[in-house]
Amino acid sequence: MHVPDGFFDVPVSVGAGAFAAAGMAVCLKRAQRELDDRTAPMAGLVAAFIFAVQMLNFPVAAGTSGHLLGGALAAILVGPYTAVLCVAVVLIVQAFFFADGGLTALGVNITLMAIVTTVVGWAVFRLITGSGIRRAGPRGRTAVVAGSFAAAVVSVPAAALCFTGLFWLGGTAPIEVSSVAAAMGGVHVLIGLGEALITALTVSSVLAVRPDLVYGARGLAAPLVLKTADGEIPVERPAAAPRRGLRPILVGGGLVALLLAGVVSFYASNSPDGLNKVAADKGFNAHEKPSELGNGPLAGYSVKGIGDARLSGGLAGVAGVALTVAGGGGIFYTVRRRQRHKVTA
Amino acid sequence: MHRLPPQCKLLAAAAFAVAVVATPRESFWAFGVYALLLAGVAVAARVPAPFILRRMVIEVPFVLFAVAIPVIGLGERVDVLGVSLSVPGLWAAWNVLAKATLGVIASILLAATTEPRMMLLGAERLRLPRLLVQIATFMLRYMDVILDQMRRMRIARESRGFVPRDIRQAPVLAKSAGALFIRSYERGERVHLAMLSRGYTGEMPMIRELPASARQWGAAALLPGLAAATAVLSWSLT
Amino acid sequence: MTATSLKVSSLAYAYPDGTQALFGVDLTIGRGERVALLGPNGAGKTTLVMHLNGILTAGHGSVEVAGLPVRGDTLREIRRRVGLVFQDPDDQLFMPTVREDVAFGPANLGVRGAELEQRVKDALERVGMLEAIDRPPHHLSFGQRRRVAVATVLAMEPEILVLDEPSSNLDPASRRELAEILRSLDVTVLMVTHDLPYALELCERSLILSGGVIAADGPTRSLLADEELLAAHRLELPYGFAVSAH
Repeated sequence: MHVPDGFFDVPVSVGAGAFAAAGMAVCLKRAQRELDDRTAPMAGLVAAFIFAVQMLNFPVAAGTSGHLLGGALAAILVGPYTAVLCVAVVLIVQAFFFADGGLTALGVNITLMAIVTTVVGWAVFRLITGSGIRRAGPRGRTAVVAGSFAAAVVSVPAAALCFTGLFWLGGTAPIEVSSVAAAMGGVHVLIGLGEALITALTVSSVLAVRPDLVYGARGLAAPLVLKTADGEIPVERPAAAPRRGLRPILVGGGLVALLLAGVVSFYASNSPDGLNKVAADKGFNAHEKPSELGNGPLAGYSVKGIGDARLSGGLAGVAGVALTVAGGGGIFYTVRRRQRHKVTA
Repeated sequence: MHRLPPQCKLLAAAAFAVAVVATPRESFWAFGVYALLLAGVAVAARVPAPFILRRMVIEVPFVLFAVAIPVIGLGERVDVLGVSLSVPGLWAAWNVLAKATLGVIASILLAATTEPRMMLLGAERLRLPRLLVQIATFMLRYMDVILDQMRRMRIARESRGFVPRDIRQAPVLAKSAGALFIRSYERGERVHLAMLSRGYTGEMPMIRELPASARQWGAAALLPGLAAATAVLSWSLT
Repeated sequence: MTATSLKVSSLAYAYPDGTQALFGVDLTIGRGERVALLGPNGAGKTTLVMHLNGILTAGHGSVEVAGLPVRGDTLREIRRRVGLVFQDPDDQLFMPTVREDVAFGPANLGVRGAELEQRVKDALERVGMLEAIDRPPHHLSFGQRRRVAVATVLAMEPEILVLDEPSSNLDPASRRELAEILRSLDVTVLMVTHDLPYALELCERSLILSGGVIAADGPTRSLLADEELLAAHRLELPYGFAVSAH
């Protein structure tokens, strides 16, 4: 899934680069707050682990094999902030040291494979385990493993979906967006299943040996017991995982997505590129789609005035993100509330 | 080439890639110029062609994808050797292939002429977040250690008759992955202790200075400069 | 006895999970001594070592290095004075090249420039690894890595060198070379090991840590000659190896 140079046009590459940089800046700060002066060695070792695990091929179906992306796994094992850093560093190293993934596509690759998989994976994980996590014992453990499976199974197609979205914004290939979505989605649902299986089993095997190392299972530890004259009194352990952990990611991610969608589609739409020109010259404008966007930095938009069409394109982008966020958030809160009801009932 | 300060080379490679990506795909001649520029760099740096070709294998999956674009692409179609291909699809395939290939070769040349350690020092000089550079430094240091552990686990599995045939073997692989994570994490903790024992207080000491002279910057700017000029020229011509 | 390098008084420690590892350790090591700390697995050896440079904080009792107590405000100086060599050199050599790794400690102490370079070279010279100065640690053999690990702490000019299982995983030649290096160093050495012949070879005096307390303290030779004592603390000499008390 490593995107090479030239696959996306410049506005999308730059936009994704800015998004990736902003995301990583946030994660650097938050990871440091969590890991303190241990950040560099711990994240470095986990990144090396992710790199190694990505080489672990597992058979998907007859004859074909896949490998882990590791975003969801990393999020559950070491927490979302550190996970984004680790996977991003893996991608950076792959681009610069192994020529895997284009230098100009680094932003796209980090956005898709480090940020989207991790954030989506972690969100799904917290959604599933939100209430179950507080209980120690086998039920909590089942929730963590099930959450890991769901997180990974969703995270991979989510990244594929975002890829399709970026492709719609600034892909350089004249392929129907719907067929890209179908192809990417289909393949990645399969890959996601493999990813989910390995992720869940890996988390479960770490849980069995060192449950304290699973970030996503921090609430799982049995309470400490004080032996007093009145018998044994269980005491609360200091809360390890801040409960507000998810909201900043969702809010921040949403805002940035909104901004990005607005700005990028504002610039991207209606800027004719070579392909459009060829198509127009040959009278094939009928097939023109908003996806066929400028693949040059000066693709028309600095010369011509800002047309209404472009403005509306930008607004459409913002509206699209807002709708998605609203829809997703709605589902999220409904499920959370229902789970909370179950617990109190 | 090998002795240029890494920060110069890093910036040069990135700027070159940007220039390539920004070039309109109709300018065949521009891509020819880029290829010649890279060939010049390869010769100057004495990087043998077979070495570059071998490492270009990394590109293969996307080549396959690029080949598929004209087949499934939209728009006007032409018959080539009896296969109906999309014209915009052919353009797109050419675009992706040319730019991706040039990008890959530039990265390979960068990696071939720059030791990993120097690359990281260069990144630090370029004011990338130091913490990020440090994470990458630790990752590169321990990558071999961890890959080695993974290899030993695989040998241990296989010497007891394990063959990963289908999905039912996933639990075994996952157990290895889990064990690998625990070992990596615990090593991270031990490394941290080792750092503390030698006076680490949260800041990595800056041990090596790597100044780049104006002349070196000038030399490094040659490649992206020519590439940028080519890109600008190709835009003004179309 | 001349000046004291290390003084541990009634040190007790329990891990956060409640497991108590040390139950009142008392020991004193004079400057220039080479002492072996022997003990079976789980005796608390590593826990004790972690107290010597303040990675763990004493639950009870105290640790003093050349008269300076281990406390929060003395940690920096303590970590300069106590050079800890970890069991796995891969844990200790975390920098990309040998040069940077050896420089890490003194650089943290504020040493820079030509002086830093000189310290690095001196330290590598003392362990016979100067020619490896620009190599990445993972390209070295295990024995070489352990020697570089010793150099990384020597560069900090420590008061006392603490080695955790220095002979583990070494082939006989590397083992002998390391012994020669350790003997040539003019520093106090505390060597944590269950390699009894190695202790005999290098250390005049030995301590036996067992069950979280010092169970014996005396000349290495007479301790190793006392079969009952060894058996009581799960220590064994290798097959065919016998030590007479004289």
